[in-house]
Amino acid sequence: MKVFLLYRNHDFNLKQPLPWNEKELTSDLELDVLFEAMAQDDEFLFDISKKVILASTKGDVETILFRQQILKDCLNNSTVINLLYDISVGAIDRRRHSWFGVFTKSPSSILSSSVGMMEIYAGVLKELRNAIDENVNKFQSEGFRRLFSMLQTELSDAYFEEIQNHLDELKFRDGLLISYQLGKGNKAINSRLHRLTAEKLNWLQRLFSKKPPAYTFYVHPRDESGVRALSDIKDKAINEVANALAQSNDHILQFFTMLRTELAFYVACLNLHRQLEDTGGQVCFPEPAATAEEKENFEGLYDICLALKMKQRIVGNDAKADHKGLTIITGANQGGKSTFLRSIGLSQIMMQAGMFVGATHFSTSICNSIFTHFKREEDTTMKSGKFDEELSRMSRIADHIIPNSMFLFNESFAATNEREGSEIAGQIVKALQEKGHKVFFVTHLYDFAHNFFNHASNGVLFLRAERHEDAARTFKLSVGEPLSTSYGLDIYKNIFGNE
Amino acid sequence: MKVNMSLSSVLFKKELKLVVQEPDFFGDLNLTQIIDAIIKDKENYNLKPYFFTPLPGREDILYRQEVMKDMENTVLLEYIQTFSDQMLAMHQKLDEAKGSSYKYEKERLFLDAVDIYCKAIISLELNLSILNLSSEGFKSFHSYLKYYIQSGYFVLLLQETRKLLDDLSRLRYSVTIKELRVQLLLYKSEPDYSIDVERTFEKFKQEATKDYRLQFPPYPMNHIEAAILEGVASLYPEIFERLVNYYSKNTNYLDETISIFDREIQFYVSYQEYISQVKRRDLQFCYPEISIDQKDIYNYKGFDLALAYILARENATVVCNDFYLKEGERVFLVSGPNQGGKTTFARAFGQLHYLSAIGCPVPGSSAKLFHFDSIFTHFERSEDIHNLRSKLEDDLIRIHQILEQATPRSIIIMNEILSSTTLQDAILLSKKIMEKVISLNALCVWVSFIDELQEINKTIVSMISTIVPENPGLRTFKIERKRADGLAYALSIAEKYKVTYDSLKQRIPS
Repeated sequence: MKVFLLYRNHDFNLKQPLPWNEKELTSDLELDVLFEAMAQDDEFLFDISKKVILASTKGDVETILFRQQILKDCLNNSTVINLLYDISVGAIDRRRHSWFGVFTKSPSSILSSSVGMMEIYAGVLKELRNAIDENVNKFQSEGFRRLFSMLQTELSDAYFEEIQNHLDELKFRDGLLISYQLGKGNKAINSRLHRLTAEKLNWLQRLFSKKPPAYTFYVHPRDESGVRALSDIKDKAINEVANALAQSNDHILQFFTMLRTELAFYVACLNLHRQLEDTGGQVCFPEPAATAEEKENFEGLYDICLALKMKQRIVGNDAKADHKGLTIITGANQGGKSTFLRSIGLSQIMMQAGMFVGATHFSTSICNSIFTHFKREEDTTMKSGKFDEELSRMSRIADHIIPNSMFLFNESFAATNEREGSEIAGQIVKALQEKGHKVFFVTHLYDFAHNFFNHASNGVLFLRAERHEDAARTFKLSVGEPLSTSYGLDIYKNIFGNE
Repeated sequence: MKVNMSLSSVLFKKELKLVVQEPDFFGDLNLTQIIDAIIKDKENYNLKPYFFTPLPGREDILYRQEVMKDMENTVLLEYIQTFSDQMLAMHQKLDEAKGSSYKYEKERLFLDAVDIYCKAIISLELNLSILNLSSEGFKSFHSYLKYYIQSGYFVLLLQETRKLLDDLSRLRYSVTIKELRVQLLLYKSEPDYSIDVERTFEKFKQEATKDYRLQFPPYPMNHIEAAILEGVASLYPEIFERLVNYYSKNTNYLDETISIFDREIQFYVSYQEYISQVKRRDLQFCYPEISIDQKDIYNYKGFDLALAYILARENATVVCNDFYLKEGERVFLVSGPNQGGKTTFARAFGQLHYLSAIGCPVPGSSAKLFHFDSIFTHFERSEDIHNLRSKLEDDLIRIHQILEQATPRSIIIMNEILSSTTLQDAILLSKKIMEKVISLNALCVWVSFIDELQEINKTIVSMISTIVPENPGLRTFKIERKRADGLAYALSIAEKYKVTYDSLKQRIPS
């Protein structure tokens, strides 16, 4: 029985390693703000959100659409989703409270503990099926329809009866029936436990009565070592069946854990959705495209994390950058360049996770990996100079590049003079461009930007942070050639006042 | 059980009275240490007497050397090891049987023991026939084994054992337990209930989980199990009656010659195992030539086995030494700087001779050793406060005893004796003792700081411990055959400071 709400045909692997650059991604794209909004102080939701989203630096169109459908169902039936989630959380909690199997020392106590646990699980499973029976028709997505119909089939009334039969028999009210062979020293080996019902016992005895009289003996109640020996024999006999039932409990726990894990992601998405609604920001389900389509166009794209932090709507950006492998962003300081760069990365990774994004329209090609190379604070370890550090970071990135990656550079390679910085940046970007990677580059390196502008093929988009005459930042980018000033004077003036 | 054919022994060509007391010189020569390490983990076999008893004749030694050579074949060694393990397992089973108070358990354990015994013997015989063994000892044991296996007694024993075990292993019986009532039933084929349970819940399975089965350590049969076993016997009376008869009939199944072989062969196994831990490219072993009349003995690349055993485990360097005697030479006078390996050399000399006398390969690339009648050692000991005599007096009494008992066929090893007196006394006494040793014509190693002794007679060979000239502090442990000049140590220091004759001649301008 598989949940399959995150992938059409396999489980989400909680143990998969995070991308090697998860720390950079998280801090550069301010993902913690996103995770916190999704988690709402629930550690488990935080953990799952983080794992699913960071696993989405690569994505495939099919899975994205599969999840989008499920998420739409969730948005329409949030009460039902929360109910199912609560049932699975409840199952896991009750195990924690009722299961002492780990500490027990004898098969008989493992067995009785397992029977008790299984009785609880049977109840929870029934609860789950009833919830599904009542709501199944409200769901359209392939993922939920498959899950629900599977649960309805597997958890049939007949199945619950079968479980009940086992639970009754495993109390062994009629005693144990065990068969053995003789091993070395005539010790009993290869023990096998058989079902024993009163009728069967009678039948066996009848069969036996045609032969010489049955060999029967009683252990005297005051024969302490005899009573202990007998209980050892019983313990050995039920060792296997106790194990089978205890493992079955584990498996049911695993099932609920998986159900909870995969639902958790959608529950977290619902949390996020609620908060974005509060900020008044719009969201949409993106249209993912295959890599080869080279799609990159969006309207009203904004940085969700900034909106969450500011608790207000953020000015969105539009661009039609289909078939543009390289986007160079120049322009005013505090003109929203970094915010824009983050919104690009964030939306890409959210799209690939199957989520909605902060935009009114968003359609891009999927990528296999996302790399960020943002300006860093001065290295405090004194081990290397800043430029040295930047290049070594680039070199580490280069160790991990796979085809169709996305690169977000934020004022990279500027820790030297402009000429050298431009040369290096130019060489790096050119190489990435020619290898077919998608690059977004925020820069003040005029030489670098201008060089690409002068030799521009159609494959480059130039965006500029706008500057209105009143010098108020609009945080809106528009297409435009790189200018040789970044309006630093404006900011200087803002701070120092007009002198 | 004894099958008629003359006893064969892989250790002794002819019968010999064994020594059970450790020889006196074992401690001085570190042979105690060596033998203890050899027989470690083999206490059950009581091997010490074999190692305490030197062989009387050259042909006895050669008989053993041949078997030992066969045992160098690692395949054979493995076969023997398997056989010993089986015999050990058999004895354990017999002990268990002896200790059991339940008839059917006791008898079955006995049957299991005999089964191990039969298998051990058959596979040993088979394995020996594959190998091309050349020693007389192995050949005669092997032919005994073949004879035994074909004997009517063994053939019948094997047949009965197999049949009975087979019949017992086919039985399956059922037991019902309800509260304190236990009932035995004939088995009727039925499914395993735990598999049913597993199947019901299989659908939830996601990944492998914990194993909740408890491990039950083996424990002796208790009276409840025994009572159940009685019940099984009542279900299958015919088979169990056969078991009872089998037990009473075969009490003396164990063959004496095979039993003896099992013990004796451990002498070779243990020695091979021991030296295999020492052997390296630079640490070899050889089969010494045994000299009866001539004393032109030699040993090349020899070493102290006890020391090498310790050093080899630490992967440290072991220094090998050579020695030889020619043209009437009888005495090694070992001198030189302290801690230069003199005592080690003396011990190695004794060890080599003793090990050769029990038929073992000895340290070295080649060796010719003398077939001695006794070894006498006198190593310096700390003063015994319970003894009223002085140390010098003790020394002299001991030396006197040695010289009284020693014959021209004896080996005398003396280490730093007469040190508790003045140099002049020591020289005087040593010279006197040396003259007696020489007139006795026995082989002798004498570690002494008294260089003057070498002048006494041509039968004395001077061996000195050496040092590295550039670094006199570094001991080489190399013992070389050269004249003791009392200067070796001083000379090297002089060279270091360029004040030797030659150096000074050059340094001092003409």
